[in-house]
Amino acid sequence: MQAFRHFEDFRVGEVIPLASRTVTREEILAFAAEFDPQPMHLDEAAARATPLGGLAASGWHTAAVFMRMMCDGFLLRSSSWGSPGIDELKWLRPVRPGDRLSGRAIVLSARVSKSRPEMGLVGFRFEVENGAGERMLEMTNSIMFARRGDTGR
Amino acid sequence: MSFLEDVVVGVSIELGSHLFTAEEIVRFASAFDPQPFHTDPEAASRSHFGGLCASGWHTAAIWMRLMTEHMRREAEASRLAGRPSARFGPSPGFEQMRWPKPVYAGETIRYRSTVAAKRPLRSRPGWGMMQTLNEGFDQEGRTVLSFLGSVMVEQRGSGG
Repeated sequence: MQAFRHFEDFRVGEVIPLASRTVTREEILAFAAEFDPQPMHLDEAAARATPLGGLAASGWHTAAVFMRMMCDGFLLRSSSWGSPGIDELKWLRPVRPGDRLSGRAIVLSARVSKSRPEMGLVGFRFEVENGAGERMLEMTNSIMFARRGDTGR
Repeated sequence: MSFLEDVVVGVSIELGSHLFTAEEIVRFASAFDPQPFHTDPEAASRSHFGGLCASGWHTAAIWMRLMTEHMRREAEASRLAGRPSARFGPSPGFEQMRWPKPVYAGETIRYRSTVAAKRPLRSRPGWGMMQTLNEGFDQEGRTVLSFLGSVMVEQRGSGG
């Protein structure tokens, strides 16, 4: 298991694997019923008549699963303070029932915050693929991490 | 819903509001974003957030739910008036999502969507792309969420 990471432990150019995760039909239907009840996410027959051409996960579900892959991959063993936002997220292909997702975080930048010197901002590019190696999602954003020695997690 | 031709840039829709309970915040975060400040009130109170707050993905997912409810109301109104209703397609993504302020347990967030741009899609005849500025506000009117989303919208007379 990877050691606990503070801000100082992220190196520009470093590639960090995300945890892999399989998205089931039941999960797709449950998420869509609560957050995105559109036919393309809820009903196989109705989904076939939509531009997605068949049942697919809500993009917000895909993003949420990707967040969990990030958490299990490295974020839960870090001094994360959360994120101020997302620069860009692309849903490149719909996630289908049974798709196994894997991916990586690529460290693009790392800088100490001027306004809050007890923390730093690490810029990432994230890439997620399905089991066939097709690119499903890309995202760029920054995450805040406490610096080593700071106790104010 | 409006067809691409009838969408007016600059028009805002009030989507309604949502109460973020501690139970719901913990349930969402336990599944998708189990960082302690989203799942554990004790740990959250010791964090720089100072209290349990919702995952940013949770505040975005609630926007989607309120948007789908709005779309359903619009479709029903069109049906009752005997008007055709446009279909919406999938979204290629979003940009500039900001979470300028945490959403704490017990807060009620109001959501709004404003048309920012629209264009026909050459690659998919009968469909266009609409960009919207989507925002969430707390009880004091402070922004807690904003992003530029894109979604495919059907064109009138596309035969769909």
